[in-house]
Amino acid sequence: MIDTFVIPLLKIVIVLNATLVAVTYMVLLERKVIAWAQSRLGPMRVGPYGVLQPVADALKLMIKEDITPVRADKWVFTAAPIIAMVPALIVYAVIPFGSEITLFGRQVTLYITDINVGLLYIVSVASVGVYGIILAGWSSNSKYPLLASLRASAQLISYEVVVTLTLVSVIMMAGTLSMVGIVNAQYNQHVWYVVAQPVAFVLVLIGGLAETNRAPFDLPEAEQELTGGFHTEYSGMRFALFFLAEYANMIVVSSVVTTLFLGGWLPPFPNTAIFGFLYYIPSWMWFFLKSFAFLYLFIWIRATLPRYRYDQLMRLGWKVLMPVAIGNLVLTGILKVLF
Amino acid sequence: MFDTNELVINMGPQHPSTHGVLRVVLRLDGEKVVDADVVIGYLHRGIEKLSENRNWTQIILLTDRMDYVAAATNNVGYCETVEKMMAIEVPRRARYVRTILCELQRIASHCLWIGTHAMDIGAMTVFLYAFRERELILDLFEEFCGARLTYNSMRIGGLPLDIPPGWDKKVLEFCAIMDGKIGEYEELLTHNRIWLERTKRIGIISGPEAIALGLSGPPLRGSGVPKDVRKDEPYAAYDEMQFDVPVGLAGDTYDRYLVRLEEFRQSLRIIRQAAEGIPEGPIVGKVPRLIKPPAGETYHAIESPKGELGYFIVSDGKSTNPYRFRVRPPSFCNLQGLRTLCRGHLIADVVALIGSLDVVLGEVDR
Repeated sequence: MIDTFVIPLLKIVIVLNATLVAVTYMVLLERKVIAWAQSRLGPMRVGPYGVLQPVADALKLMIKEDITPVRADKWVFTAAPIIAMVPALIVYAVIPFGSEITLFGRQVTLYITDINVGLLYIVSVASVGVYGIILAGWSSNSKYPLLASLRASAQLISYEVVVTLTLVSVIMMAGTLSMVGIVNAQYNQHVWYVVAQPVAFVLVLIGGLAETNRAPFDLPEAEQELTGGFHTEYSGMRFALFFLAEYANMIVVSSVVTTLFLGGWLPPFPNTAIFGFLYYIPSWMWFFLKSFAFLYLFIWIRATLPRYRYDQLMRLGWKVLMPVAIGNLVLTGILKVLF
Repeated sequence: MFDTNELVINMGPQHPSTHGVLRVVLRLDGEKVVDADVVIGYLHRGIEKLSENRNWTQIILLTDRMDYVAAATNNVGYCETVEKMMAIEVPRRARYVRTILCELQRIASHCLWIGTHAMDIGAMTVFLYAFRERELILDLFEEFCGARLTYNSMRIGGLPLDIPPGWDKKVLEFCAIMDGKIGEYEELLTHNRIWLERTKRIGIISGPEAIALGLSGPPLRGSGVPKDVRKDEPYAAYDEMQFDVPVGLAGDTYDRYLVRLEEFRQSLRIIRQAAEGIPEGPIVGKVPRLIKPPAGETYHAIESPKGELGYFIVSDGKSTNPYRFRVRPPSFCNLQGLRTLCRGHLIADVVALIGSLDVVLGEVDR
């Protein structure tokens, strides 16, 4: 009873809440880091050093007027932010935040569930989120959002292909689709896959940036060209849902990259006797440190790089990343057969 | 079977990257711009007509409001035109200080340009870096004349006030700081692959075409035409200064960017020479109590940060205000090029091109 219902339910509640809090604070982190890069202070007014800024933002968004344009397709318009948000959250079900801890004399695994098609689940659920963006742009019945959502669908689909193809080479290394299984495979092979699959790592990182609409691939919401892109017509909490979904996706991407390439909860040099002391740092701590590093990298990139143009983005995706991904896949296969 | 329609999109006047209240009606084929119709006039305040009802000194204040990010050059252009009409000899000290102010203003204006141009292309950090340095210039101006944006910093025949003690030292200190900061902008942009892809071969315009369209300033020099009023018809103290006029080769957005970056350096060079050699002497020439230029018409142009800023003034010789007052604003003339530049490019390039022309709507509409 406790093992089958209470503990999973508790985990779901905790992960869901932790995610939402993390997402709101991610916004603050982004503002602070970018401010730091740009030699200014960032939010400083609400609470000491602006730590309560996310609370104020959330409150503001909740009490804002919720406007639906007269000529919008009402049902789709309402559904779109939900379709964008929900996949971003349910992906967390299979992400392993750590191995196991003992809590009140009970062994608790630090993931909600470990299904044997974990990676496939993430890829497929995440791609549902694209519909949110497309539908939002289309249902707004307005020109700028329409252009933006066309861009978004083209971009997300092409990068989805690249990322999925690249992931196959990781799956070939690990021999499993389970997220926990992939971490364990890295443990057994004594190596993080970033060392074994450096090309795949770079490809997934670039693809991850593109799939989360982050700079330099943030074309669907290109503020300077399309005045905010697909969510131009949205306001209040519905807008907030898109916003939260973007940041939730960022955390998903960094978690997935951490799990697949940086050994998830494993310390550096996994399963090696001399570096055994690294295991004194708890597994979840390693996971959060690594994910955090990726989140920081995302923000750093945003503060540094200009934005790609739509056609350049497509060219990069299909003509550069795609052949590299296929080449990497073939090479992995050959090496796998040979050794 | 498949029928495609052109999409008409209205960019502006309330759009984040039309630099004020510019409106561009774009006809799009997919994301490709078929035609761009530039609509102006949203910031028209009738400054030219207004000037015909003000006396000659009051007009200086109105010229501030045209190119409001480079008010001092506007003041200089106007004052020199009136001085030319009345044949007033401006003392050398005043001419030197004018040169310093003009060049500081050029740097401030280019800071705003590089910031907004980079921001339009998505590089947000450059914007704040550039504004950090612009702030230092505004501080210098504040110390000189008390204002930070609309300076009213010139008088017909010279300057309203002498420079504060130690101001020239501070200007030189600023030059030393600015030297390093230009490198910072370059580091973020010049060799950045994405920046290159976004600006190279975008909005190419040849030299003859640029002349035919009436472009001036960096957009013209970017196309390889070495025309600079400071060199061709020196005013203020430019005849005594050593400086080069940078020109581009390809005439694309990237060349215009490089030209303006080099102008930062040349401006610093001019400021250094001027600040080190400010001569002693009076700051105002022999100006009659009542300013009443003799009847006749005069055109006088200076090189504002945006291009050739000319004043055409007609005086009837009787009244204390101009009979006709007309400005040749560089932004207005450069904006004529936008339609030609945009055709065939993508919607994302339109904002890059607006930024690359560096227009200020206050000056376009007056």
